[in-house]
Amino acid sequence: MTLQPETFKSLVRVAAERVIASAAELTALDQAIGDGDHGTNMKRGFEAVLTKLDTIAEQPLSDAFKTIGKTLVMTVGGASGPLYGSFFLAAGDALSHKSLPEDLAEVFGSGVNAVSARGRSQAGEKTMLDVLVPVLETLKADAGRADLIERVRTTASEAVARTAPRQATRGRASFLGARSVGHIDPGARSSCLLLDAVCSTLEGRQ
Amino acid sequence: MNDMVGIVIVSHSQDIAKGTADMVRQMVGSEVTVAYCGGNPDGGLGTNVPLIIVAINDAWSSKGVAVLVDLGGAETNSEMAVEMLEPERRKLVVVCNAPIVEGAVMAATEAAGGSSLEQVRAVAEELTAG
Repeated sequence: MTLQPETFKSLVRVAAERVIASAAELTALDQAIGDGDHGTNMKRGFEAVLTKLDTIAEQPLSDAFKTIGKTLVMTVGGASGPLYGSFFLAAGDALSHKSLPEDLAEVFGSGVNAVSARGRSQAGEKTMLDVLVPVLETLKADAGRADLIERVRTTASEAVARTAPRQATRGRASFLGARSVGHIDPGARSSCLLLDAVCSTLEGRQ
Repeated sequence: MNDMVGIVIVSHSQDIAKGTADMVRQMVGSEVTVAYCGGNPDGGLGTNVPLIIVAINDAWSSKGVAVLVDLGGAETNSEMAVEMLEPERRKLVVVCNAPIVEGAVMAATEAAGGSSLEQVRAVAEELTAG
């Protein structure tokens, strides 16, 4: 199995469309514990990615990831821009000497480390890392399993639910202290949406 | 051409960024170069990496540039903007951990005396150390 260019193009398109279609939901989550702009910011960023989709699809995978990352950095307009942007920039760097799907866990791990460094945050602080870190662990533990895609999808959705009872200690929601408890983290939710869109697309092609 | 540290103000709001820059100019004078930006790429509340890069270039000085920010997203986006500069310029830009209005006034006052980038940053960040 190798990642075909047309598969990669549809992964990017479906993931972007999922985030764009979920803008209202993400904004509602962010209005509860943040500043209410996560949905509109992500929508702006991924609309910009879609306008470059043809260019992205023609680039080597490493450059394609970097183009996605730079586009998000330049257009999102909130902290999620540098966070998601750093994920794709670092994953793109890793892809200059790694390949997909063989090195998926390592490439994904480079992205997760970059998010952690950019946000000076770890898993457990009610952020997107609460989804990305468990998914990375699943990618490492279950590499090569026939049901890997399903396991990633389950890990991501269960990880989002687990952010609700947590009190935020990083990001805007940390200003709320104990009042952040009971709400799903918007960044964790957007990470789950992206991963779920990727899983659905890959499953449809199996 | 400019021997004073430049000041960049990055707010989520264009009005706050401009108002802060106005206060700095009135209180410190115009010898220190002050650039500012605020708002997301659509003009709403937020921050914008391309505009932060423009502001850093506008305030550029051989002695460096001190960036003052308001909330978390402004800090994250400013750090990202610094990383997107040419490698040799990155070390001449610092994002200060200081309140935006007081930090900008204190940083500009220190810069006006010809202080180094590290001195400018230290004076702004003393406000946080309280």
